[in-house]
Amino acid sequence: MSVLAFLIPVTLVMGALGLAAFFWSLRSGQYEDLTGDAERILFDADDTPLTPPRTSSRRDTTSKETTK
Amino acid sequence: MISSLTQAERGAAMLITLAGMVAGLAMAAAGQGDPMGAHGWIVLLFFALFFGLLARAAYGSDELEDRSLAYYDDPTKVGILLSLAWAVIAMGMGVWVAAQLAWPDLRFDAAWSGFGRLRPVHTSGVIFGFGGNALIATSFHIMQRTSRARMPGQVAPWFVLFGFNLFCLIAASGYLMGVTQSKEYAEPEWYADIWLVVVWVVYFTLYIRTLARRREPHIYVANWYYLAFILVVAVLHIVNNLAVPASWTGAKSYSAFSGVQDAMTQWWYGHNAVAFFLTSGFLGMLYYFLPKRAERPIYSYRLSILSFWGITFFYIWAGSHHLHYTALPHWVQTLGMTFSVMLLVPSWASAGNALMTLNGAWHKVRDDATLRFMMVAAVFYGLSTFEGSFMAIRPVNGLSHYTEWTIGHVHAGAMGWVALITFGSIYALVPGLWRRETMYSWKAVEWHFWIALAGTVIYVFAMWNSGIIQGLMWRTYGESGTLRYSFTDSLVAMHPYYVARAFGGLLFVTGAIIGAWNVVMTIRHVPRQVPERDHPTTSETMEPALPAAE
Ligand code: HEM
Ligand code: HEM
Repeated sequence: MSVLAFLIPVTLVMGALGLAAFFWSLRSGQYEDLTGDAERILFDADDTPLTPPRTSSRRDTTSKETTK
Repeated sequence: MISSLTQAERGAAMLITLAGMVAGLAMAAAGQGDPMGAHGWIVLLFFALFFGLLARAAYGSDELEDRSLAYYDDPTKVGILLSLAWAVIAMGMGVWVAAQLAWPDLRFDAAWSGFGRLRPVHTSGVIFGFGGNALIATSFHIMQRTSRARMPGQVAPWFVLFGFNLFCLIAASGYLMGVTQSKEYAEPEWYADIWLVVVWVVYFTLYIRTLARRREPHIYVANWYYLAFILVVAVLHIVNNLAVPASWTGAKSYSAFSGVQDAMTQWWYGHNAVAFFLTSGFLGMLYYFLPKRAERPIYSYRLSILSFWGITFFYIWAGSHHLHYTALPHWVQTLGMTFSVMLLVPSWASAGNALMTLNGAWHKVRDDATLRFMMVAAVFYGLSTFEGSFMAIRPVNGLSHYTEWTIGHVHAGAMGWVALITFGSIYALVPGLWRRETMYSWKAVEWHFWIALAGTVIYVFAMWNSGIIQGLMWRTYGESGTLRYSFTDSLVAMHPYYVARAFGGLLFVTGAIIGAWNVVMTIRHVPRQVPERDHPTTSETMEPALPAAE
């Protein structure tokens, strides 16, 4: 089955990419505060992007604190 | 819209449209006398339209708005409207196609209106036009909100959105002219495929660049689902569309694969299109809008991450369940079957997670049709994945394959899951996006919900019944060991179910029209909200479903 000689490597490479992404997420501390991560999307009283730290606002600091 | 672009951005956009016009002209000239020529004109007009709009505003002043202060929502707004327009057109096509199966004369003897040409207009129109635009629009919204950062630049999002719609336009108009690669869900010819690759690469980089700018350290799970959708669809699309054009001046190409190899590549693509186009991205929608609307965090965030990695690693191997009892080696079929059954676990984990999130908020589900859309979508997601895993078992597939049962399964997923979660998300999104207090009519949302649910149930039950009858008729033997029923007998038996399906579909598309009307009325007639909130849950859920109940 020559087609499998093609599709299986493609699929394995995709799997390997997925695995790499997973390890990255694990290593970069993505899963350290799952409760906070799930809840933070619900806070959006003003619906604006966070401004850069220079012009640091109150919300900016609170969100940093909950994760680290 | 254009007034919020800087001079540099306008210049870049004009260059892109100019390049598009040149490409269109080249296609029109080279493809004379071939459908490709007609497509050339479409491309030319499409880009000329945008060129004209940009040129008119070319010397306007730079907007002084500080971009770091707000999210960029204009592309999301346009995407939602495009999605609704495609919904009405493509589901309307679905009803027409369904009616043709019941009453074949509805073809009216024209070449373009035959079943074979209209059917892909329906399938591509709903999947890519309706679903794709909704995915792009909501992904722009979600990636910015969960990153708490604005998208970089203002040209790329428009390029993605309009570029994708150009692809849909070329696809749909091509089918009417008889252009097809004969690969389901991958029918468009080589030049459309190449264009989609360009659009998709820009989409992916836009997403990654936004995430890179994030001010929130954690990447919310919905983003993973969207990223998988974008990345895997890119790979699938490229591999399955590897083809050699018969000539550079015509819409005809030959696949790089042949025979059973072509079939396996096609269904590796086809099944993962279901997985990553019709499932993964919409799960991203579910994981963002359902908790938002219910105002409760997802029941188990850990489980949502586990199910993500589960479906990513399992789905890729399941495609061969579309080729049971074919020339495909037995072990490959068994492999696909095994992974399909395993898939039930992460699938039900997502469905269960969504329903458990609502546990304790059932009063909201009762009162708020928007949340109910999402709840029912999760139920249909659970139902269609259970059914899928069951149908993937070889002997069961022996009964279901080639019958209407498959069509029933498809639409339990497509209408019950994909369309309902999309409508729910749109209703959750629209008032906040346009800064309106509420939807124009919450009663209309209520009506839409019940009509859509009734339409789905009628459609799916009609197809389950007819599919099983059909399957059984085809395998009934008489005394002498010959087949008891002719094919025509089974076709006659289908007629009442085809009528019922067309009626269910008519209900469903009526719901979509009500939804589109309600969104337009919300934008035009509902007053602006003074305090800016992202979404209006409290005001709307406070409204009793039955005004008399108080
Ligand atoms: C208004 C409601 C709808 C109606 C009346 C309708 C009708 C139809 C009909 C008649 C077919 C052809 C069946 C056959 O060949 O026997 C079909 C196929 C299909 N439809 Fe729909 N449809 C509707 C909504 C949707 C939606 C919302 C989606 C996706 C989001 C969808 C996705 C599909 C797909 C993927 C197929 C191909 C199935 C296959 O080849 O197995 N449909 N539809
Ligand atoms: C665990 C998840 C699922 C599994 C294992 C599964 C399995 C299957 C199987 C076995 C078939 C029939 C193949 C054949 O006989 O030709 C099928 C067809 C199909 N399924 Fe699913 N399914 C799943 C979920 C879904 C969902 C959520 C959707 C959403 C829309 C969906 C859409 C489709 C479509 C469009 C087809 C028709 C393909 C075609 O022939 O054109 N499936 N699926």
